[in-house]
Amino acid sequence: MTEVAEAVERETETRAVVKKFMFVNRRAPYGTIYALEGLEVALISAAFDQDVSLAFLDDGVYQLVKGQQTKGLEVKNFSPTYRALEGYDIEKLYVERESLEARGIAEEQLLVAVEIVSAREMAELMEAQDVIIAF
Amino acid sequence: MLHIINKSPYEKNSLVSCLAHATKGGAILLIEDGVYAATKGNTAEAALKRAMQELPVYALRPDLEARGMQAAVIEGVKVVDYGGFVDLVAEHRTNQSWL
Amino acid sequence: MKFGLLINEGPYNHQAADTAYQFARAALARGHRIQRVFFYNDGVNNATKLTEPPQDDRHIVNRWTKLAQDHGIDLVVCVAAGLRRGLVEDNLAPGFRISGLGQLVEAGIESDRLVVFGD
Repeated sequence: MTEVAEAVERETETRAVVKKFMFVNRRAPYGTIYALEGLEVALISAAFDQDVSLAFLDDGVYQLVKGQQTKGLEVKNFSPTYRALEGYDIEKLYVERESLEARGIAEEQLLVAVEIVSAREMAELMEAQDVIIAF
Repeated sequence: MLHIINKSPYEKNSLVSCLAHATKGGAILLIEDGVYAATKGNTAEAALKRAMQELPVYALRPDLEARGMQAAVIEGVKVVDYGGFVDLVAEHRTNQSWL
Repeated sequence: MKFGLLINEGPYNHQAADTAYQFARAALARGHRIQRVFFYNDGVNNATKLTEPPQDDRHIVNRWTKLAQDHGIDLVVCVAAGLRRGLVEDNLAPGFRISGLGQLVEAGIESDRLVVFGD
């Protein structure tokens, strides 16, 4: 088989495998880059037709709070990107209820539609994944 | 699932958060600063002992030794080397780093 | 078994790069394969050829280069994270290559286990 044919076959085999990827977000935005760079990985994963979900727990829930205005910081406001996920067929956004409650955040304050789950449900979701990438 | 924790329980809530999400059949591996959670005589000890009733807890030997904690390990914590770390990752279908 | 490693922190500042390296060596010693080591976030700083750490301590960048050369391991630096932090072809250490984030996703797909080393 030629090199090109081999590469095509490898890529086809890779694409044929569908794994459940979960990107776990436990940190607040802006204080560190993990929220932003984590989101970039999630977007790239859309190109691979994998079964992708995003989990937000602990301070990660702060990433989804409405009304982020970064002019004073002179840093890019990347929160609109969460609304773009749907356009990439990434629709499974799980937010942990206990983390929201501990921080006094109501569902109405979130900038995108999410599924709110309990810690126990989150644990089960995590258990069902094939690949977990934490930032 | 293998849960990997690398931070001290006094620095971050990673261990606490992990324990709220670890299910039976899984295991906990403490590495780097996370090994402090495997030591006795401190306020974090009780939580780890409770966790040990549900899941096996491992701690990385080189990290304990580097920190001078090798004599302070809670009974029941299984001390492993990097080879054991690899074996644990291989043994569990998935793993998660609680950073 | 095939392992993929993701390293999210730079050399020396955090233990992540050291732990990952020791894990990789132990995995190879046990006959496993390392499918890829992917460097993201500040992890890209593991790939700069400009480091000159003190002589009496480990040389983290050179260790990666040697590991790659001895075992044919694919060390990939994320292009976007690299650009952000000034890690480009001009200052790339031997044994590393720069590529897209897709290589990380692919590592997740192709390896049997993906392990994340970070802060």
